[in-house]
Amino acid sequence: MSEISTTTQSGIATFFGRMGRYAMRGIEHLGDGTRLAFHALSLLFAKPWQGKHFVIQLYALGVGSLAIIVITGAFTGMVLALQGYYTLAKFGSESLLGAGVGMSIIRELGPVLGAFMIIGRAGSSITAEIGIMRVTEQTDALEMMAVNPMQRIILPRIIATTLAVPLLVSIFDVVGIGAGYIVGVELLGVNPGAYMAELVAKLEMIDLNGGWVKAVVFGFMIGTICTYMGYRAQPTTEGVAKATTQAVVIASVSVLIIDYILTSFFL
Amino acid sequence: MQAYRKTEMTVGVFVFIGLVAIAWLAIKVGQIGGIGASGYTLTANFKDAGGVRKGSDIMLAGVVIGRVDDVVLTDNDHATMILRINDGVEITEDAFASVRTKGIIGDRYIRISQGMEETPLEAGSEIEETESAINIEDLISKYIFSGKE
Repeated sequence: MSEISTTTQSGIATFFGRMGRYAMRGIEHLGDGTRLAFHALSLLFAKPWQGKHFVIQLYALGVGSLAIIVITGAFTGMVLALQGYYTLAKFGSESLLGAGVGMSIIRELGPVLGAFMIIGRAGSSITAEIGIMRVTEQTDALEMMAVNPMQRIILPRIIATTLAVPLLVSIFDVVGIGAGYIVGVELLGVNPGAYMAELVAKLEMIDLNGGWVKAVVFGFMIGTICTYMGYRAQPTTEGVAKATTQAVVIASVSVLIIDYILTSFFL
Repeated sequence: MQAYRKTEMTVGVFVFIGLVAIAWLAIKVGQIGGIGASGYTLTANFKDAGGVRKGSDIMLAGVVIGRVDDVVLTDNDHATMILRINDGVEITEDAFASVRTKGIIGDRYIRISQGMEETPLEAGSEIEETESAINIEDLISKYIFSGKE
């Protein structure tokens, strides 16, 4: 058995072997991350209460992302109105513009684009921050001071993203619909009453609920993935850089995959 | 500590704005507590529902006065619709319900025309006079095959 060295293996065998290793490692990370997240969540009501840190994180992640969310929401609504108008004008049903813009933003674009912006702005900073804390051994220092780093560092960030993403996505929705209204009604001359009336008539409560469920799930996922990647980063400069990049990639891809699964539930 | 107070205030304002956005979407756009939650129901039997579905509009004089709650098949023969009418709208006993189309290829809706009676319909009663959807294919086939003996 031991005489078989890797050089005598065929290329195909090594290829499949590597694929297997990647898959095993992926599942290992998934389990490790889930365990870490639930461990952190189990400390939610543990003393001492970390209220101050929740507020500070909500400020850093929520208020900090407000500007980019408003800008993204406004331009998304505007470009949807512009595109939708020329498509609908071909069929002579410009009055449906409000329904088109509102439905697209509330059901899909709000949660997904909002989540992407929050990953880029807040998620990356979470990973980098926790990674550097590991490098400079701040987490060990906290443990020396009898503070549980899980409770002080990881938990507030997961809770903050879970709370902040639905709030930010709702702001994104409102700004997007408003910007679509301005472009559609003021610039392109759609009937102002028809814009809102069609939106209200066509939109069901399940569309709104679907959007909010997505937002809460994405928020929890962003918090979990970004804190996990930071906490398990290699404690070197390159390790932190790599972890930050990976966190953004993994979180973005997960958002798209989970988005499809949730959409199939709600339709 | 002063800086933390300011942070707290800003977070409070942010959460408030977010909740206002949620409330606006739910109340203005999602119509919570609006159509569908209140009102009273009437039934009507149609030979052909012709594309009217749950959630289709009910209109009187061109104004939306309710929505279709449900469309079911009764006696394996005709369609029974549960119509939910907004509170405050009174429909006469001899009113007439018909399936109509908005525009040429628009949504199907139920049009109600008031009759001459004074007494309004009670909740849960039936609109007797109905007219089913006009089926374009039937019309065309009648026209094509009418001259051939």
